[in-house]
Amino acid sequence: MEELKSKLNLDQKKIKNSRNAARKIAEETQKFIENHTTISVERTVVRLLGVDNVNEIEEPLPNVLVDNIKDGGGLQQGAAFWIGNAMVQKNLTPQEIAEEINKGDLDITKIPIADIKDIKDAVNGIAKNTVDKIRETRETRENYLENLGEGSKPYLYVIVATGNIYEDIEQAKAAAHQGADIVAVIRTTAQSLLDYVPYGATSEGFGGTYATQENFRLMREALDQAGEEVGRYIRLCNYCSGLCMPEIAAMGALERLDVMLNDALYGILFRDINMQRTLVDQFFSRIINGYAGIIINTGEDNYLTTSDAVEEAHTVLASQFINEQFALLAGLKEEQMGLGHAFEMNPKLENGFLMELAQAQMAREIFPNAPLKYMPPTKFMTGDIFKGHVQDAMFNLISIWTNQAIQLLGMPTEAIHTPHLQDRMLSIENAQYIFNNAKNIGDEIEFKQDGMIQKRAQQVLEEAENMLKDIEREGIFKTIEQGKFGGVKRAFTGGKGLAGVVEKDAGYYNPFIEMMLGGGK
Amino acid sequence: MVDSRVDYTKVKPYGDTLNDGKVQLSFSLPVPYGDEANEAAKQLAKKMGMEEPSVVHSKDLGLGYTFFVMYGSCTHTVNFDVIEVPKVDMEFLDKYGVEDYIKENIKRDIVILGACTGSDAHTVGIDAIMNMKGFDGNYGLERYKGIEALNLGSQVPNEELVAKAVETNADAILVSQVVTQKDVHIPNLTELVELLEAEGIRDKIVLVCGGPRLGHELAQELGYDAGFGPGTFANHVASFIVKQIVERDLV
Repeated sequence: MEELKSKLNLDQKKIKNSRNAARKIAEETQKFIENHTTISVERTVVRLLGVDNVNEIEEPLPNVLVDNIKDGGGLQQGAAFWIGNAMVQKNLTPQEIAEEINKGDLDITKIPIADIKDIKDAVNGIAKNTVDKIRETRETRENYLENLGEGSKPYLYVIVATGNIYEDIEQAKAAAHQGADIVAVIRTTAQSLLDYVPYGATSEGFGGTYATQENFRLMREALDQAGEEVGRYIRLCNYCSGLCMPEIAAMGALERLDVMLNDALYGILFRDINMQRTLVDQFFSRIINGYAGIIINTGEDNYLTTSDAVEEAHTVLASQFINEQFALLAGLKEEQMGLGHAFEMNPKLENGFLMELAQAQMAREIFPNAPLKYMPPTKFMTGDIFKGHVQDAMFNLISIWTNQAIQLLGMPTEAIHTPHLQDRMLSIENAQYIFNNAKNIGDEIEFKQDGMIQKRAQQVLEEAENMLKDIEREGIFKTIEQGKFGGVKRAFTGGKGLAGVVEKDAGYYNPFIEMMLGGGK
Repeated sequence: MVDSRVDYTKVKPYGDTLNDGKVQLSFSLPVPYGDEANEAAKQLAKKMGMEEPSVVHSKDLGLGYTFFVMYGSCTHTVNFDVIEVPKVDMEFLDKYGVEDYIKENIKRDIVILGACTGSDAHTVGIDAIMNMKGFDGNYGLERYKGIEALNLGSQVPNEELVAKAVETNADAILVSQVVTQKDVHIPNLTELVELLEAEGIRDKIVLVCGGPRLGHELAQELGYDAGFGPGTFANHVASFIVKQIVERDLV
């Protein structure tokens, strides 16, 4: 990577201080994370050991199995321990164990404990197969990228959200033909609050489509086909967030998703999920995403939908620093960190465009290797599709100017409906026109020394540095309790999903952390 | 201001000449791009009541779909003189007006709860009304003197909202619904009214809903006192609430 020349005259010491503070914040939190596990982490282990399917009341068997462990008071040893033990003592596969539990023929924590070495051997064999399969999936993607190629950056990212996976597929294929590089399937509203992952192909969702492993598989197949037709690899994106964050990561790793929304703080702030739960869940989910070669997208853009983009710009930067450090601890490479930000200033603001430009350029310079995810205007979209199209054009101009990597295309019909077929086409045309027509604008134009743009970026960096130092003193939990991100206050023991968090026992076992952390050994 | 040349009993669209009826249309058809597609679009526009429809732009969307931009002259007219639209018909006060009104007429602090209920996670609307900062230069209710504003956030179950209303002795409830695909908001809004009635507090509360696809008429049909659509600011909602409190003798 060639050294980027700073156009903003940013104080490198401030950047270093901010990064150091963020690292200490993440490391401090990591102590808590590593001492705890959650029911969703354990269901993920169970899925990775091959348990799938649902029972007669549509309850996923991973839930049935982990609930049995939890009810027996065994969660602190980890599901892998109990499954390994049952494999040794009962000579059953993990899937058969789940089925026996479901029938009421087996109570997994009540059988005699075998030798720990035998338990680990039994589990590790299967775990290694799964990890190999995920590695092969990653290699399949790498082969596609090498042989079929990909679109140029900024990748054009569009969403489909019909609620019906089969209708989504048609829209996604059309989007690929129109020029999209990444297709995200929006989830049905409120899926993030389900403490289980629905099963099978689905055709009924509100404002989006259920994330299920079968839906992932169907869409992957369709996009591979569309990719062959258009001669470039089309990336698939979904939402690795909510109460089932690590389970979605596992499903995505197996079905070759390429991009996942995966934020350390988003669920806490915007879905009122308990902070202990989300922080523990995000760690395991990011280990999986890291190993699977998935680009994560963080959710800082959301802060600006609830608080002001001018006044709170530094919270976006501070959160990017923190997300970066959490991601590094989970073994994600910088090239997989799609740190988020957004074009959300009031269009009536004098020189708002200059401030947006400063913010985007600043993110680019501070995180030079990260494929930054840039979100379009939403808060100030009005239903005036003509004005909206211009707002999106301004957003596209900043993106090509500051070398953003993942461009979530704004739709002229934002604030009206989930995109119609032609909305997507109009947005792609808008971006393609500007990206081509202004391709090297960033190489040609520098900013005035101590002018508005430089000063704005310097000010935001300074505020972020101060905020990070405050957080370092107080800790992340207290900071969230005080409402410093997105203006949202959350309590340490409040929110949804706290009951699913337990402290690990000394004998806790999860083979996947060692096998997958940092890209595997 | 009115144009004296216009016959308000027979109004039709205006392009650049009175009564030329000019309308712009854009839509997609599930047919392959080409001359036949353009012809199909024109025939469809004629059935919509367009004279001399013309396809000024068409584009292949791939996979057998085509997008059109069209112009035509609309043959239909409407009688503007007989139109009546139910809306919140009142003089809105500004922030200071609301604060003074509370001080003079209610003489105590009022409690307003806000929430995105049911599965809806989009708080942008309720935040614009409730939060200190407000939206587009208009302060939110949290900043109003004499109003205790509690924003419960997203995905609040109706039961929880009603329990909170009882607990805080709320004067008004604001419900925001942004996700309205497949009419998911209708049963959710209806349920809240039923729960409030079951608790016996519906009459004691000013009940307001809002969202991009909600209007006053629908709100009233569903049993709400008012519905506010796009372009609403905190002072509009606050004006309605404080005047209702006085008019309905809930002081």
